[in-house]
Amino acid sequence: MNPTGIAVALLQAVFVIACAPLLVGWTRLVRARLEGRVGAPIRQPWRDLRKWFVKERMVSEHTGWVFALAPLVLTGSAVLVAALVPSLSTSSALDQVGDLFAVVYLLLLGTVALSLAGLDAGTAFGGMGASREMTITAIAEPTVLVAIFALSVSAGSSNLGVIVADTLSRPSAAASPTNLLALAALAVVTVAETGRIPVDNPSTHLELTMIHEAMTLEFSGPDLAMIELAAHVRLVVFLTLLANLFVPWGIATTAQPLHLLVAAGAVLVKLTVLATIVATVEVFLAKVRLFRVPELLAASFVLAFLAVTASFFLA
Amino acid sequence: MNTTEAAFIAMAVAASAAVAAAIVLPARSRVVWVGVFTALSATAGGVASLAVLVGGDSFVTVIPDVFPLGGVRLEFDALSALFTFGTALVAVPAAVYGIGYSGQGPSSRPAQAAWPVLVWSVMMVPAAGNAIGLIALWELMALSSTVLVLAEHHHNAEARRAGQWYVAMTHLSLLAIALALFILVHQTGGESFAAMRAGAANVGPVAASTVFLLALVGFGVKAGVVPLHVWLPRAHPEAPSHVSALMSGAMVKLGVYGLLRVGWDLLDGGPLWWGAVVLTVGLISAMFGILHALVASDLKRLLAYSTTENVGLIFVGVGAAGMFAASDNRPLAAVALAAALLHVLNHGAFKGLLFLGAGSVLTATGTRNLDHMGGLGRRMPVTAATFAIGGMALAALPPLNGFVSEWLLLQSLVHSLPSEAASVAVAMPVAVAVVALTGGLAAAAFVKAFGSAFLAMPRSAEAEAAHESPFTMRTGMIALAGVCIALALLPTLLANPLERAIAPATGIADGAPISTNGVYVHLAGIQAGLSPLMLTLGLLIGVVAVFAVVRRSRARSTVRDIPPWGCGRTLQTSRMEYTATSFAEPLQRVFDDVLHPEIDVVVDHHTESRHYVESIRYHSETRDGIENRLYEPLLAVARRWGDRARSVQNGSIHRYLTYSLVVTVVVLLVSQ
Repeated sequence: MNPTGIAVALLQAVFVIACAPLLVGWTRLVRARLEGRVGAPIRQPWRDLRKWFVKERMVSEHTGWVFALAPLVLTGSAVLVAALVPSLSTSSALDQVGDLFAVVYLLLLGTVALSLAGLDAGTAFGGMGASREMTITAIAEPTVLVAIFALSVSAGSSNLGVIVADTLSRPSAAASPTNLLALAALAVVTVAETGRIPVDNPSTHLELTMIHEAMTLEFSGPDLAMIELAAHVRLVVFLTLLANLFVPWGIATTAQPLHLLVAAGAVLVKLTVLATIVATVEVFLAKVRLFRVPELLAASFVLAFLAVTASFFLA
Repeated sequence: MNTTEAAFIAMAVAASAAVAAAIVLPARSRVVWVGVFTALSATAGGVASLAVLVGGDSFVTVIPDVFPLGGVRLEFDALSALFTFGTALVAVPAAVYGIGYSGQGPSSRPAQAAWPVLVWSVMMVPAAGNAIGLIALWELMALSSTVLVLAEHHHNAEARRAGQWYVAMTHLSLLAIALALFILVHQTGGESFAAMRAGAANVGPVAASTVFLLALVGFGVKAGVVPLHVWLPRAHPEAPSHVSALMSGAMVKLGVYGLLRVGWDLLDGGPLWWGAVVLTVGLISAMFGILHALVASDLKRLLAYSTTENVGLIFVGVGAAGMFAASDNRPLAAVALAAALLHVLNHGAFKGLLFLGAGSVLTATGTRNLDHMGGLGRRMPVTAATFAIGGMALAALPPLNGFVSEWLLLQSLVHSLPSEAASVAVAMPVAVAVVALTGGLAAAAFVKAFGSAFLAMPRSAEAEAAHESPFTMRTGMIALAGVCIALALLPTLLANPLERAIAPATGIADGAPISTNGVYVHLAGIQAGLSPLMLTLGLLIGVVAVFAVVRRSRARSTVRDIPPWGCGRTLQTSRMEYTATSFAEPLQRVFDDVLHPEIDVVVDHHTESRHYVESIRYHSETRDGIENRLYEPLLAVARRWGDRARSVQNGSIHRYLTYSLVVTVVVLLVSQ
């Protein structure tokens, strides 16, 4: 573990955290424009966070230490994941610390923390959100891990740096059936895990249909800022994984400043494209019923499973 | 006399002292001394196993003529030591906890005398080195645990039913194991394990597979794998909680031990399908166990089903190791087996901890029903915090110990491709999917259990009045939480002991499965790295950094307690909270076809008008499908035959004399 590697990891964390609210602002803007509205500027999420940051904390009188700790654990795990995922460079010091499985389980840790906080408030909505969130997360888990399986078969490792390096060295692998199927599977899971339409509506105001928002109802002030920031970061982490695991070109394999700058530009372009796709799809889709979501996730699981079998039978 | 031998003697002496204390002393001091001596006995067991695992000691001894047909041979190698060590890890805190727990509950002489015997026999079973020794110790373990399951039978009819199931199943287990060993002795011509190993080459493939399948049934009952698990969700909830902790954390693992010992040590492994069968059993157990844990609202029943799930995961590791070894991928087989053995230790620690926590809640509230708890986090902070640690480990969340073994298991499964065998290529993605789904569902089960027991408002007067447990119980829980954290941060210390423990399974062992420099974990033949220590450090840095930023907010100091948002209603009562049952409802609906819940909704209307509802009663129950469809018909058949047999017995002495005469004549004719 060398100092440059640590610096790269820190840089990645800062980069993702700085970009995440902007990217969310961009999706909202694209969506507004497609719906014929003017929309808020893309720095609006940052403004919201700043506003919440200085507002008073109002806490449900039934809560305990879990409620106080949950936003810290959620955001802390999101920061660590932002440092782990190769957004800029594969030469991060954290590459041997945790692999794709560690990333998935760290994200699960954040989900569990927020679900517990939702239950701690003592309202029906918090419990409802927590129950639904855990249901969707549990059912999405097989797809995620089997998709990782598919990716690590061709690279021979589940380490993020190795998978990226493998695709860089064999450009044809990027368009292999295994990769395409795994990409499709992970794309569906991204939508489910980050609470986007058609699974959850991030801008809903109707408590009965909420999933993520129902858990955060009781949070206010800096706590709300933390949770929203973590949600933004988690969205960007998923999009970065989609971008850099499947189309890694542009990513730095060293820690030289110039390469990192190029990598930042490349990943920003990729993320903007992906965010635009997410926003566009949301305009044309409606939220599905909660009990139709397992069907969607089952379909994505079939794709992931086919990806693994393709890697075996077509190799 | 080496350390191991001295420790073995200390184990036996301390256990005898505990039994003597249980019989001689009056009720008040009895509990204390039994706890102290049992803890000492378990400590000696831990020392003995560490001497073998770390010091490389070994211990073989023969105690001749204990039984009419032969003596007991003790053979304590590293594989045995790993299981004994896992037992000691749970037994020491459980014994300390038992002092406070028994003070308010099962302090009768039989229960107190059976407890040290159970601890001692669970530690001794892996040390058995011949057939008769294994059977004797196994039976001692079964009997002492039966006494403990029945400890509260006076005022609990459910405990009696649980005891019946347990006795029946555990003797099915003994029968199958005895048969397997009998065939082995017959085929190899030796009674000690060493002789069996030497003669294993003479065992034909059919005989070997028969022995293996019998061992799978016999040890599978004890391990609690589907469909032999039916005793487990009944017996574990009814036993006193520190006994449940030992049963769930250590005793069921001896099923895994026995299977490994017979299948991959004495018989030295077998064809690919052995591994495939174990893997399949493991996968089915994992899925079935966690689904039932998810819908259980009895806290201890939930934990018992989760034990079936975790033993399933261990079986997945063992089965995968068998499959890899049979298809000549020994380095990977060693990694899979190391994952399974590490999970044996990890599960022992966190499930022991969770059962102790459940016992603490049970003594404080008098109920095991999650729907009647709530708000215990404020009233029992130590129990809540330690339960959270155990629960996070159960859900395989980083940075806790469950994550490390789950990661190892996933790595071994994922790196099975590209493989020569198509069966491996099909089995492994399925295995990964099932492990992933169980992981996700385990997280949901943890959120449900912890959330409805410890968070928000109390749902009953008993929960409202709950108090933290006494000092000894807290000590036990804190100690096991410490074990969980130590196993989570420093699994690297176990690299050498695991290598030693795998060595007896010569069909699988292949050098060091895990290499480490103390911080990073690297696997043999796999390009993958993990550093639990650095990952935890990273998480801590992340949390502290976020906290440091938030502290700068001028809003941080002002916290206003307000009623929660109730859509404009001002009154918020605990009846409006989500219960454990409602939390699990969406998943119950998704897995409807597997769980088959029975749901009754009764709506009463006002007598004047049917448009007004007076009351609605909702009742939902999920019964064990295997118990219903497999065991109930079997029991019905047995009962019918029993009824028929009754006509033979009419009480007439003349008829009985005729029966004896006929039987004697037939026996004489046959033996001619």
